[in-house]
Amino acid sequence: MPRPFVLPDLGEGLTEAEIVKVLVREGDVIQEDAPLLEVETDKATVEIPSPMSGRVETVHVSPNQTVRVGQVLVTFADATGSSGKQAADTLDPTRRLAPETRTTVGNGRARQTAPQTSAAGREPVAAPRTGSVPATPATRRLARELGVDLHAVRASGPGGRVTDADVREAAGAAPASAGAGAASPKTAAPSAPARPLTTMSEPPLPRFEQWGEVERQPLSHLRRTIAERMTLSANVIPHVTHFDRADITDLDALITRNLDAARAQGVTLTLTGFLLKAAALALREHPQFNASLDAAAGELIVKRYVHLGVAVAAERGLIVPVIRDVDARPVVELARELAALAARVREGKAALDELRGGTFTVTNIGALGGTGAIPIINYPEVAILGVARARQEPVVRDGQIVPRLLLPLSLTFDHRVADGADGARFASAIVRRLEHPDQLLLGL
Amino acid sequence: MVMGDLLTEVDVAVVGGGPGGYTAAFRCAELDLETVVIDAGKRLGGACLFEGCIPSKALLHVSAVLGEVERAREYGVDFGAPHISLDPLRKWKSERVVGKLARGLAAVAKGKHVEVIGGRAVFEDSRTLLVQGDEPQKVKFRHAIVASGSRPATIPGIDLVSDRVMDSTAALELSEIPERLLVVGGGYIGLELGQVYAALGSAVTLVEMTDGLLPGADRDLVQWLARRVDKQFQAVKLNTRVESLRETPAGIEARLGGESAVFDRVLVAVGRRPQSDELGLATTRVRVSDRGFIEVDTRGATADPRIFAVGDVTGEPMLAHRAMRQAKVAAEAIAGRPSAFDNVVVPAVVFTDPEVAWCGLTETAAAAQGVAVRVAKFPWAAAGRAATLGRADGVTKLVVDPESGRVVGAGIAGPGAGELIAEAALAVESALLAEDLALTIHTHPTLSETWMEAAETLLRG
Repeated sequence: MPRPFVLPDLGEGLTEAEIVKVLVREGDVIQEDAPLLEVETDKATVEIPSPMSGRVETVHVSPNQTVRVGQVLVTFADATGSSGKQAADTLDPTRRLAPETRTTVGNGRARQTAPQTSAAGREPVAAPRTGSVPATPATRRLARELGVDLHAVRASGPGGRVTDADVREAAGAAPASAGAGAASPKTAAPSAPARPLTTMSEPPLPRFEQWGEVERQPLSHLRRTIAERMTLSANVIPHVTHFDRADITDLDALITRNLDAARAQGVTLTLTGFLLKAAALALREHPQFNASLDAAAGELIVKRYVHLGVAVAAERGLIVPVIRDVDARPVVELARELAALAARVREGKAALDELRGGTFTVTNIGALGGTGAIPIINYPEVAILGVARARQEPVVRDGQIVPRLLLPLSLTFDHRVADGADGARFASAIVRRLEHPDQLLLGL
Repeated sequence: MVMGDLLTEVDVAVVGGGPGGYTAAFRCAELDLETVVIDAGKRLGGACLFEGCIPSKALLHVSAVLGEVERAREYGVDFGAPHISLDPLRKWKSERVVGKLARGLAAVAKGKHVEVIGGRAVFEDSRTLLVQGDEPQKVKFRHAIVASGSRPATIPGIDLVSDRVMDSTAALELSEIPERLLVVGGGYIGLELGQVYAALGSAVTLVEMTDGLLPGADRDLVQWLARRVDKQFQAVKLNTRVESLRETPAGIEARLGGESAVFDRVLVAVGRRPQSDELGLATTRVRVSDRGFIEVDTRGATADPRIFAVGDVTGEPMLAHRAMRQAKVAAEAIAGRPSAFDNVVVPAVVFTDPEVAWCGLTETAAAAQGVAVRVAKFPWAAAGRAATLGRADGVTKLVVDPESGRVVGAGIAGPGAGELIAEAALAVESALLAEDLALTIHTHPTLSETWMEAAETLLRG
């Protein structure tokens, strides 16, 4: 019996991928776990192994094609292997949602009980990946626009229906109406909540052709993701930026002195490794910047780990790999990992797990010049450190003008979480460590 | 002029001017894509407007009027025997109905700057269409939308060519009212046109090879139509195949299940087939199934990234309203919008007397798939409005998920069912509960109340 293999769930928020390479041909007999396809998601290029052994009967996709989670990629003939069940489940269009609560029709209490149960933290409705999710057509369109997989959304509506508010919550946006609370839209309220300002709705463009020749270029996956994330962040987070400069003359000398020693161990010492360390130590001191705001719950989620994202300009666009436990590890080790990770990112080979879980982001555009930049916060983090090019500048010290190497920094943070004074203190904590590399290396 | 001299370059080329084609073209134009439609007849409307839904509904209206006139005798109003003049009837159908709508579509196309090119379109490669016919040219496109539709199927093994053997297109031309008409096929086309000819005076014999009319529809809906057809038609033969058709001086001799009978005309209504074979698709990467359907994803995209397809040529159910929704999705996808054909229901309507309509999960399908459902029925014998119309021959039915109370399907039989199904389609598409229908005030006395009544039967107890 032929068995279809569908694009599996690739992890949080990822609903589609672009086929890069098809590694098998129709008629090939392959083993379980042999490489089947290479796909590019919003975050990385991933090799998809075969879930079963058997003969490839039909390849349904071709390079450059966009496929959605649940779409059939390959059909196997005479398949054996572990995922026969998965394939069968996916094929069965008749499976319906398990309702979140048993609704006793007719007593009128169903509407009130359903939201309460979900607010109490019950698991999301278990839904098959295929088949339809109960939701109005408008809600389903909203989910598509926000890039939300309806199957993964916790349903709060009557009869297990996914509401607009559920979709917005899953998208990480603030709920449509203030006071709606976590996943408990007041369905009984007479007026439907208006569309919040957080959605991306842009006015139609004029016909540019009337003024001259134009060319339409489709956006890549990554470009689209960046566009959506940045719009979300810029729309949701009230950004405020604090500027500062660090005198890194001593740090620069320290790096220069130790370049050869580090190189002997196969590590290229760069400023970024020290920046990460300085930021991580400062974050331990100022934990509200190592956090995420749960606007719906009215809570600040403070993270007890310090995983830093580092913005990497890959050819395809901006990607932010994550280095874990930066506060607890030596600078040399950070530098080594950063170099390897950045290389993987540029080749599109980074694993998804290497691109998730960051608590704070550092973006160093110094190599490209400029005197300063105000980056957009990597949602749902609270702050981002922007670093421009260090320059020799005249500084007055003890009444004397002396040349010093100054590094321009910008700390952009979520004003909902912290105020200007907090930002200034946090930025100073970073600057102090950069100016006193001995303290930095001692982990002070 | 040498064919291929003229080159047109567009954002989107739509192949076929039917409901799928013109809807796609209009939506593309709204999204600022320069769009042309290539249609063999250089007109918008397709099979639906010119040889399908619209002319058949015009004729069914006539048969409904004749039915009402007949029933009026029951309450003491007698108009005498109707006199039917075919010329004015044909003229009304072609000019006042079809012609008017066609002119309307042409005006909309003009307003939206959608050009309609006359000719047969054949793909030369994934970027080029060759247009053959009155306006030969090449059309270079960024994207193409194939909306080439379907054509009537023929009976396998029977290849008699005769003016007296009609497909649905020929039957709608109404060239005469045959005394004896054989209708082959008990699906919606055979039943609708069979009733038209019966109302106009033909003695109709209908044969269906399966064991019931409207295969796939719930029997408790179909029975209301079956009762009417049994009275109206000379004979309804189920489990019967047409073994042969032969032209004789007396008419067409048909062998039906071992017996012979002679008819003045035969209407073959055994389904429709996708038109994908003469489009030059082999020069593209488009994949076509064994049955001739173009394979598409939820956006209407084919295996060729530049080519989309919508409507009958992409699969069942072959219905204009499905094509029109697919068309909007394909246009939006081409414009880069996150659109998808994620629709739960494609409502089906049979415009017979009484009408039969359904949407979503049928009771029959639920049983076949082992899906547990609760079913609520409200017979029209208990509906006030039905009584005032003299029409108790109907039923309203809800199919509900027993756990959540969500409406997952609905069916209705009776006059006006085609209009009434809309409320149920909205309910299923929007995942409403039966309770939502029960708690919504419905106008009294109307047939639409029967949805509320059916829902209430689920809430009692």
